Amino acid sequence: MIDRMVDQITRLGAFVRFNIAGIGHACLMFLSVLGRSVSLFKRFRLVSDQVFFLGNYSFVIIAVSGLFVGFVLGLQGYYTLNRYGSEQALGLLVALSLTRELGPVVTALLFAGRAGTSLTAEIGLMKAGEQLSAMEMMAVDPIARVIAPRFWAGVIAMPILAAIFSAVGIIGGYLVGVPLIGVDSGAFWSQMQGGVDVLKDIGNGVIKSMVFGVAVTFIALYQGYESKPTPEGVSLATTRTVVISSLAVLALDFLLTAVMFST
Amino acid sequence: MQINTSGNLAALENVTFSYAPQDRNILEGLSMSFPKGKLTAVMGGSGCGKTTVLRLLGGQVKANTGKVLFEEEDVGQLDNQGLIRIRRKMGMLFQFGALFTDMSVFENVAFPLREHTPLDESSITDLVMLKLNAVGLRNARDLMPSQISGGMARRVAFARAVALDPPLIMYDEPFAGLDPIALGVTARLIKEMNNALGATSILVTHDVPETFEIADYVYFIANGKIAAEGTPSDLMQSNDLFVRQFIDAQPDGPVPFHYPGKSLKEDFGLSRTKHD
Repeated sequence: MIDRMVDQITRLGAFVRFNIAGIGHACLMFLSVLGRSVSLFKRFRLVSDQVFFLGNYSFVIIAVSGLFVGFVLGLQGYYTLNRYGSEQALGLLVALSLTRELGPVVTALLFAGRAGTSLTAEIGLMKAGEQLSAMEMMAVDPIARVIAPRFWAGVIAMPILAAIFSAVGIIGGYLVGVPLIGVDSGAFWSQMQGGVDVLKDIGNGVIKSMVFGVAVTFIALYQGYESKPTPEGVSLATTRTVVISSLAVLALDFLLTAVMFST
Repeated sequence: MQINTSGNLAALENVTFSYAPQDRNILEGLSMSFPKGKLTAVMGGSGCGKTTVLRLLGGQVKANTGKVLFEEEDVGQLDNQGLIRIRRKMGMLFQFGALFTDMSVFENVAFPLREHTPLDESSITDLVMLKLNAVGLRNARDLMPSQISGGMARRVAFARAVALDPPLIMYDEPFAGLDPIALGVTARLIKEMNNALGATSILVTHDVPETFEIADYVYFIANGKIAAEGTPSDLMQSNDLFVRQFIDAQPDGPVPFHYPGKSLKEDFGLSRTKHD
């Protein structure tokens, strides 16, 4: 009995130690990515190519999702607001929901599923195919040449994609609210114009999506870089990217919302 | 064994190595020398630590004990900048080429030139075309790695490894998975490059006929130690059981066919086991 308890406690201790060591290792790699980013200013082309790659591949899924989320917000928003006779505020509700919350969060979740997994698989396969080793043997640092450009590309692409998501979502809300349901077009736009604060609402939304960009892209790259160089290892790493980055986005969203919109 | 390092570009001195402290030693007091301008082969069965020798020389892993020397410097003692400095003098051909899959054949060969030289685009183009011409793939320059065969990928990787004309070229299993034509072409290229560039070459492989054809000196590794060494003609005459098993491709011998453990009789209950 006591032996079993000791065994369980030992396992728990080993699990905790293993995970703390993992977090420490990830932090060291994060610092290493930041430290090796300075040289990217001289070769910004490496970053811009990746922004194009990541942004381009995520654009369609982000835009289509934004449109449907906008449709749903239009319908649900009208249903609730209509109860209180304030359906004129539909534009404001749609815009605030998107810029403050849904834009950054849903974009980050979709980005993790689309671009994050492709980053993990790409880096994992580069490792499995000895490409990273080959680069190292050519006296080229893989963190500086491969990881850092992709990291900054993700950080830059995320707010742009979130802005596209919100913009398309607002158009979706408009299409459902104004032409379909019959909310007054002038009220839809003027309420939005009057009620949305550029710094507090849009600015904080942009900061959120940048933070999500850092988290999701780094998690994806780290998982790929640390994956076992086998087909199973890469597929496990891809799954971990989606799970960990989705949880990280939701947890960070709660923290950021608490800090940004508490007053 | 103390190795005389003069005249050697690289050498290993009493090197012991394991990937983790609790793991068994992959290399056990291994000493080897790689003389300048010569093609030295390191042979042995799968998992005997051949590739580890190359990884030690490139500074990708560090020896537990002993010295790994390159141009008289201990690679294990070098910092990051030191490693970058020596790696610029090395070219390595990986087992399956390790071409960058997001770059064309041309860009793969141009990669080390772009990273390490201030050459303008027209000079880079000229150099890349020369290297690709040497491996017979000048006209494949615009293809992507996914569009070329394994043998061609190996030749592109070869052109990339020698792009900066390094004094040391290391080949990790360059013949693995190649058809006979590609195999012959690769072997000829390795020998020609070694002669043309005056480079020192280290060839890690287990293909006996091709290696004996082109190598100046051969080391056989087994159980982390040197099992035999000598020129190909010496080894062909050798009566050493391990060398004979390896060269003649015998299934059983010093390297047993059966995984160690109980005998067949013990497993079928025909004799008493040791534990009874």
